[in-house]
Amino acid sequence: MDAAMTTIVTRPATATAQTTTSRTRRRRGRGIARMSVRRALFAIPLTAAVSLALFALAAGSPFDPLAGYLGDRYLTMSTADKQRVATELGLDAPWWQQWASWIGHAVTGDLGSSRSYAQPVTTVLAERGPWTLLLSGTALAAAIVLALVAGMWAGLHPQSRLDRAIAATATVVQAVPPFVLSLGAVTVFAVSLRWLPVAGLTDPGADPSFGQVTRHLVLPAAVLTVSLLPWLLLSLRQSVRAAAQSDAVVGARARGIPEPVVVGRHLLPVALGPFTTVIGLRLPELLVGAAIVEEVFSWPGLAGSLVTAARELDFPLLAALTIGTTWLVLAGSLLADLAHALLDPRVADDA
Amino acid sequence: MRNLRHRPHRVAGAIAVLTVIAVYALAVPMLTGTNPGLTDFAAAYQPPSGSHRFGTDLAGRDLFVRTAAGLRVSLVIAAVCAVASAAVGVAVGVTAGALGGWIDRSVMRLVDGINALPHLLLGIVVVALYPGNLVAIIASIALTHWTQVARIARAEVRAARSATYLEAARLSGATRTRIAITHLVPAAAGQGIVAVILLLPHAIWHESTLSFLGLGLPPDQASLGTLLQDARAAMLTGAWWTLLFPAAALIVTTLAVAVVGAAVDHRITPPLPERAIR
Repeated sequence: MDAAMTTIVTRPATATAQTTTSRTRRRRGRGIARMSVRRALFAIPLTAAVSLALFALAAGSPFDPLAGYLGDRYLTMSTADKQRVATELGLDAPWWQQWASWIGHAVTGDLGSSRSYAQPVTTVLAERGPWTLLLSGTALAAAIVLALVAGMWAGLHPQSRLDRAIAATATVVQAVPPFVLSLGAVTVFAVSLRWLPVAGLTDPGADPSFGQVTRHLVLPAAVLTVSLLPWLLLSLRQSVRAAAQSDAVVGARARGIPEPVVVGRHLLPVALGPFTTVIGLRLPELLVGAAIVEEVFSWPGLAGSLVTAARELDFPLLAALTIGTTWLVLAGSLLADLAHALLDPRVADDA
Repeated sequence: MRNLRHRPHRVAGAIAVLTVIAVYALAVPMLTGTNPGLTDFAAAYQPPSGSHRFGTDLAGRDLFVRTAAGLRVSLVIAAVCAVASAAVGVAVGVTAGALGGWIDRSVMRLVDGINALPHLLLGIVVVALYPGNLVAIIASIALTHWTQVARIARAEVRAARSATYLEAARLSGATRTRIAITHLVPAAAGQGIVAVILLLPHAIWHESTLSFLGLGLPPDQASLGTLLQDARAAMLTGAWWTLLFPAAALIVTTLAVAVVGAAVDHRITPPLPERAIR
């Protein structure tokens, strides 16, 4: 950063400097675009591999997909009828053929039907997806803002009393699993204090109005935020401390640049790089947390329905959610790397 | 992480806490002679008192005994999982690092692939297909956690490959398998031990979460997860003690193990420049 400043000061021909910068920038842009395409293409073999492994795992397990399809009728139906249904559904084919036909249908947008929700899988995804997005999006945004405020402050005031308190609290909260956090939050804020509703998207029978949903969103979103926060906060605190001792920042301070400029222009861009990577790495954990929180709070989202699908052996839904999760995680890590590359010019386009 | 070398009292405290926890988990079910599954419906949901130090649950079972029994089950499962995943990780990492070439590349691709997936969700899928199976629970945790160990073990082996003692072994005619077993595995073993300790809290989390979601151990089998599942229904009636004591046991155990693990890690791993920052 200060290297760029000295360049402008020492070079008389500003125009040349500018063309160089724009050319570099264009080259970087192309590198970043190439990285995005490469990562997107990597999703194809990964999807194939994950779904293939899933079908192989199911074929080797005691799980009978016919029982999964028929539900309670499995117990009452005659063997001949079962045989007929199995042939109709293609369940007597070898597992890799079933996998191939699943992929074939999935490409055309047909993901089969979910038994536990008695709906096509695509409908389940479309109806429940937005609620998961709302819950985890709120929690992620809140966690990032809180981590930025508290982590920055703690990192800029090392060994102060508040810094120690923040770090100690974060370390303890790190050890609390999200489901314990959820139970604790419900016990304190919903059962004892009666400030907020225990569970659900709305009160029983009420329309999902803005007020209703907001009131029901507070507790699950807060739990998810708290379960995510310590990781983000501690990492940012660490990278702010490291950046504060870097040559660039020490040099900037020595040149008498005002403190807000030092923090905003010299310290933050360097410290935020690792922070975005940590956010990307924590995204799988956000999904896991969302699954648990949605389950405990009966939030009608997709993450919680993964638990339902697993408990009721709803294979088509389980398969779709597993693949969807894989994609989300890939997209998250790509976004984090993109943000890192854009923030920090030293980062190569594919680390 | 703070520099734990400057905080020996914290590590000593953690070891003391772990000792108390171990004694509690092992001795209480034995000494009191109370069956942790003993039901007494007349004494359901008793708050903590002299006769029931942690209170009782919905079936009148004594939670002081049942928490100890659950802690024991969770710790044993977690230990098996941690050892299993560390063993798999060291084996895979040493093999990949020692052989190199395309085997190394494809193994590391597999590691990247598994790391890209949320571990708990992978575990949920495995447990869903093999319901109520203890081996499946252990496998679902072990199979998702060996990757970090494999990565570290591989790095250790690659660093050790050029060491002079390996050159000497090679010149004295030792076979590749022999070199791997006598030199490379010991080189990675230190990291394996660290991995076992650091994986323990993770494994406790996984088992308890799976059981809590009704996908792990059967509900009548006491474990931290099933106890907390009971607490989920109980706390709506205001029985806070059903949540407090098992949750405290879970949190205190994972925290203490994590502190000890970080200390051992610090001892074994040479400090990186980052770690020196205070």
